[in-house]
Amino acid sequence: MIETDEIEVLLEEAAARHGYDFTGYARASIRRRIETFYIKGRFRSFDEMKQRLMSEPGYFFHFVEEITVNVTEMFRDTSFYKCLRQDIVPVLATYPFIRIWHAGCSTGEEVYSMAILLKEANLLHKSILYATDINQSVLEKAKTGIFPVSTMRLNSENYIKSGGQFDFSTYYHANYNNAKFDHSLSERMIFANHNLTSDSSFNEFQLILCRNVMIYFNKELQAKVTVLFDKSLESLGFLALGNKETLRFSPINNFYKQVDSKEKIWRKTR
Amino acid sequence: MEKDQVAITGGLIVIGGSSGSLDALLLMLPLLKKDFHTPVILVMHRNTTTGTALTELIASRTHLEVKEADEKDKLMPGWIYIAPPDYHLLVEEDGTLSLDISEKVNYCRPSIDVNFASAAVAFKEKLTAVLLSGANADGVEGMMRVKKYGGKNIVQDPQEAIVPFMPEQAVLSCEVDMITGAAGIAAILNEL
Ligand SMILES: C[S@@+](CC[C@H](N)C(=O)[O-])C[C@H]1O[C@@H](n2cnc3c(N)ncnc32)[C@H](O)[C@@H]1O
Repeated sequence: MIETDEIEVLLEEAAARHGYDFTGYARASIRRRIETFYIKGRFRSFDEMKQRLMSEPGYFFHFVEEITVNVTEMFRDTSFYKCLRQDIVPVLATYPFIRIWHAGCSTGEEVYSMAILLKEANLLHKSILYATDINQSVLEKAKTGIFPVSTMRLNSENYIKSGGQFDFSTYYHANYNNAKFDHSLSERMIFANHNLTSDSSFNEFQLILCRNVMIYFNKELQAKVTVLFDKSLESLGFLALGNKETLRFSPINNFYKQVDSKEKIWRKTR
Repeated sequence: MEKDQVAITGGLIVIGGSSGSLDALLLMLPLLKKDFHTPVILVMHRNTTTGTALTELIASRTHLEVKEADEKDKLMPGWIYIAPPDYHLLVEEDGTLSLDISEKVNYCRPSIDVNFASAAVAFKEKLTAVLLSGANADGVEGMMRVKKYGGKNIVQDPQEAIVPFMPEQAVLSCEVDMITGAAGIAAILNEL
């Protein structure tokens, strides 16, 4: 049984020692991840684990990769992607150059889904998709554009439900266990490590997607990160959140209007 | 962070169920007394496409307030919170709720185990866990956690359960305070 105080001390020392600040994360989920890490590592005590995490940066990076939740899929929440396709992409089309930021992109499924939407609207060539995450190993995976072939059935079903009209399998080459997505899709992507808790704004975008990332943050950190997004959005830009996320409690809420009563997409009004 | 004193001092009830559990719930919920005070969390395995239908159905059978849980919701007396499809629902020590989209646990999301375990840490001896009908063993590990932290476990009588496997597993593997039918469970909860 891990004590609540032990978690607190670990998070505080990790922030001071390694610059990764998880103190603003909601505790129940991160506690569960840390517990799993602790059990897998077969430590004799929580202290022993902490010592190793503090003294070996490489081991700490591994810890970061283990405690973050990276579950994702292509065209997750099909009605959301339908809304992107029908309502948002046509607005983006009016810009001479399109800049999109996927914050917390995990293994990249969301970014490839977006690239497919843009390609089908004949906009990909004038777009650039920045995709960032705190977890380096998911970024490396995302860069390869290779996904398990076993997920293609679900991806393809999602694609069709979200309004896709082509044969999804034309976007990748499958062999044995893997599906490698077409280079023309990844050409316009830039993957980089970026920590939402500590790194600053690095560009201005017309669309920012940050889905199922802030559910892991407490209210204060959510507020801080939405302000970072506000700084990084052009006027009249769009901010897209996960299905169970909202801007309602954020300090930037007053300057945003939800574009659809159901979908979690907001437009900056100033 | 400000805390909801009522909820924290008052305790919490978590109810888990899988196939066959809806019948038990629909029998139980109308029997809860008018001034029922303890917040209730419901974690039901269900088809992800059912959306808000479950919330509406439950709301039609109880005088308590019912909502699908949102992240950061503060547990309030007299409310029933339903775990949304395709997320794990966790309880924080400050009496608020969190959602988590991490891997399924034993093919389940929401997972009863995950919910019970987090609630055990947050509410300790003020937690009452209830496990109903079902065809898998989700909830059993959660109930072990509940006991570790001093909470109470109530299991639907397998003889009454439409699918007895889940309550049976709980009775076999963990310390259970009470085994009784749906009406009996309601009576116990009314006395808390
Ligand atoms: C559940 S995944 C969401 C993936 C995708 N956006 C989706 O909705 O399918 C959450 C991602 O957020 C990342 N993350 C967590 N904390 C972060 C932080 N402070 N800065 C950047 N990314 C973070 C995790 O590493 C993980 O890949």
